[in-house]
Amino acid sequence: MREPILSVSDLTTHFFTRAGVVKAVDGVSFDLAKGEIMGLVGESGSGKTVTGFSLLGLVDAPGRIVKGSVKLNGTELITLSDPKLRARRGHEISMIFQDPIATLNPMLTIGQQMRMAIDAHERLSKRAADARAAEFLTQVGIPSAAARLRGYPHEFSGGMRQRVAIAIALLHRPAVIVADEPTTALDVSIQAQILFQMRELAAEMGTAMVWISHDLAVVSSLASKLAVMYAGRIVEQGPTATLLRDPRHPYTAGLISSLPAMAQPGMPLSQIPGTTPSLLSLPPGCPFAPRCDRATKACVTAPEMTMEDNRGWRCFHPVSAFKEATA
Amino acid sequence: MSVFLNIENVSRLFGPNLGIGEKIAAKLGGNVESRAVRAVSEVSLTVRRGETLGLVGESGCGKSTLGRLIAGILPPTSGSILLDGAPVMVDGRKVTTRVQTVFQDPFASLDPRMKVGDTVSEGPIAHGLTTKSDAQGYVANWFERVGLDPVWVDRYPHQFSGGQRQRVAIARALAMQPDVLICDEPVASLDVSIQAQIINLFLELTRDLELTCVFISHDLSVIQHVSDRVAVMYLGRIVELGPVDQVFAASAHPYTAALFGSVPKLVLDADELVHFDTIEGEVPSPLSPPPGCYYHPRCPRATDICATTQPETQTVSELRAVACHHFKAVLTDKDPDLTSASASVSTR
Repeated sequence: MREPILSVSDLTTHFFTRAGVVKAVDGVSFDLAKGEIMGLVGESGSGKTVTGFSLLGLVDAPGRIVKGSVKLNGTELITLSDPKLRARRGHEISMIFQDPIATLNPMLTIGQQMRMAIDAHERLSKRAADARAAEFLTQVGIPSAAARLRGYPHEFSGGMRQRVAIAIALLHRPAVIVADEPTTALDVSIQAQILFQMRELAAEMGTAMVWISHDLAVVSSLASKLAVMYAGRIVEQGPTATLLRDPRHPYTAGLISSLPAMAQPGMPLSQIPGTTPSLLSLPPGCPFAPRCDRATKACVTAPEMTMEDNRGWRCFHPVSAFKEATA
Repeated sequence: MSVFLNIENVSRLFGPNLGIGEKIAAKLGGNVESRAVRAVSEVSLTVRRGETLGLVGESGCGKSTLGRLIAGILPPTSGSILLDGAPVMVDGRKVTTRVQTVFQDPFASLDPRMKVGDTVSEGPIAHGLTTKSDAQGYVANWFERVGLDPVWVDRYPHQFSGGQRQRVAIARALAMQPDVLICDEPVASLDVSIQAQIINLFLELTRDLELTCVFISHDLSVIQHVSDRVAVMYLGRIVELGPVDQVFAASAHPYTAALFGSVPKLVLDADELVHFDTIEGEVPSPLSPPPGCYYHPRCPRATDICATTQPETQTVSELRAVACHHFKAVLTDKDPDLTSASASVSTR
C-alpha cells in the first residue's frame, strides 16, 4: 500500500441546532493515495457533502467537527489555526462545488477571479498569472482561453462555468481535490466530457480526488474505490469493481439492484422500503435496520467496520453471493 | 391499435414581448419572428391507447415544452393536438380534463398552504367527479391507490418527504380520472431508492388504470424501463422515433447513438474503467440554430448536404422514423469512431 496523501480517521461533525444534535458525519475513516480517485456515494442527507466540507474545514456554526483527524501529507488539518488552514486551502487541497453559478462571482471577469485565486498563494505578475490561468482553462477544454479570461460568468454556458470552477481548483496543482457532485447539474453529453477530462487530469497531475455523488454509474466510471454513506456513516468501502459486483452491506446491494438498468424493461424494480431516517432521531444501533430485511435482534447495537482484505462493511448479516441472487 | 393522441405539425415559439411599433409591423407582415425561440418545431407524433411514449433529450431540447403543449398548459403557435379526435385546447383554453400532468419538483408543484387532501379533491369537486360531502372517501381511495396513508389528508406538504410528495402529486393527477398522463421528469429530483418506488408505482398504475402516458426524462435508463416507444429530441425537433428496444439496440440517428454512448453505465464485471464516448461541443443556442441539420456542427458523419438542407423525417421500418441524411450508413456501419467522437481511456 502506498503512503496515503490524505488520511481521515474517525471524523465526526455534529450540528448543534435548537431541535437537537444532528450527527451529520459520524466516525468516517478512509485513506487516499496519490492520484487515487475515491467515490463517496450516498443519498441526500447521508452526510457526504458535510464530510467533504469537513475535510477542508469549511463547516460553519452551528456545525462543528467534534472529533477525529484529517491528515494531509502528514499534517493534521483539524487543529490547524485559521490562517494556516487558509494557506493550504486552495493550494494543497481544493474543492469543486455542485453549482457553478453560485461558485463564481457574477461581477468579476473569469480572469480576475482566477488571478485572485493565484494571488492568494503565490506572487506572480499579472501577465504571468494570466498565462497560468489561460493554460489551465485550455487544459479543462475551454477553447480560445486567453480571450475568454475577459468574459463574465454569465457569458459562459453551465458546462463551461463548471470547467472554469475546475480550472480554479487545479490552479495550484493541489494534492487533493474534493469534488461535490460537480456534474449533477449538467447534461449527459457535457458530463461525459468532464468526467473523461477529470480522469485524464488526475492521472496526469497525480491529483487525488474525493468524488462525491449520488450516482453509482458516474462514480463507477471514474473512481477506483468507493465509500457508501448512510445516515452519517460509511457503511461499506472497498475497490469499486469488487463493491459493485459483490456488495456486502444490504444497503449497497439494495442501491445497486434498485437501478432501472438492473431490471428487465417494464418489470417492477427491486426497491428499498421506507425512507432515510432523520439524522435528529436516528434509531439506536444500525441506522439501516428499520429498512433492512436481514435485520435481527443483534442490529440494535451499532456494528463496527468488519475489514477483510482491502474492503470493509458495517453489518452483522452481510450479503453474500449477490450476483447469483440478482441474475 | 388506433391512434389516441394525435400531435400534428406542432410548433411553439417563445418571443420577446413586442412593443406597439413591432406589433403593427408584425400585422403588416414585417419579420419580427427572428428574435423568437423555436422551442418546439414542426413535431408530429401519434400515441396509441394504453401506450407509454418516452421523450428524451438534453436540457433545452423542448421536451418539457412539448409535454406542456400536449397537456394543454401552453397553446401551440401552430399545429394541432387531438385527443380521441377532439382538440385539447380551443382558443387558448384547455377544454378537457382527460389529460393530467405530474411535474418534476414536488416541492414546487404542491401549494404549501393547502392541506394535501384539499389539493387532491379540488379538481374533482370543481369538475363534478365527486361532491364536497363525498370528497373525503374519494380522496382516501386515491391516497390508498398511490401508497399513502389516508389519515394524512389533513397534513401540509412540508410534513412529507420528497417521495411522498410525489405520490400526492400523482394522486392529484389521477383523481381527475384522466386517460392521458403527462409525466415531466417525475423521478429526477428523488433519491435512487425512492426513485425505484415511484417508478414501480407508475408501472402498476398505468397498467391497472389503462393509462396512456407521455413520460419525459433525461435519464435514458428510466426511459428504457418504462416506455414502449421513445422519441429523441434535439433543439425542438424529433430526430428519432421508434420502439424503445429497437432504438436502444441500434440507433439510426448519430445524435441518439452519441447520447447513449455518453451515459455512464454501471458495469459490474469490469476491472478496468469503462470505455467512454463523448459528444464534442455543446448544444447550439436555440435563438440562432445552425442552418441545415441542427446537429451537423457536432456530427462526425456530417457532409455538405447536412450544412445546407434540413433532413426530412424518413421511415426506417414500419414503426421507426428518423431525421438524418445518413441514417442508412448509421444503421449498417457499427464503427464507433463514426457513431460518436470516441475516446477510449485506460488510466492507471
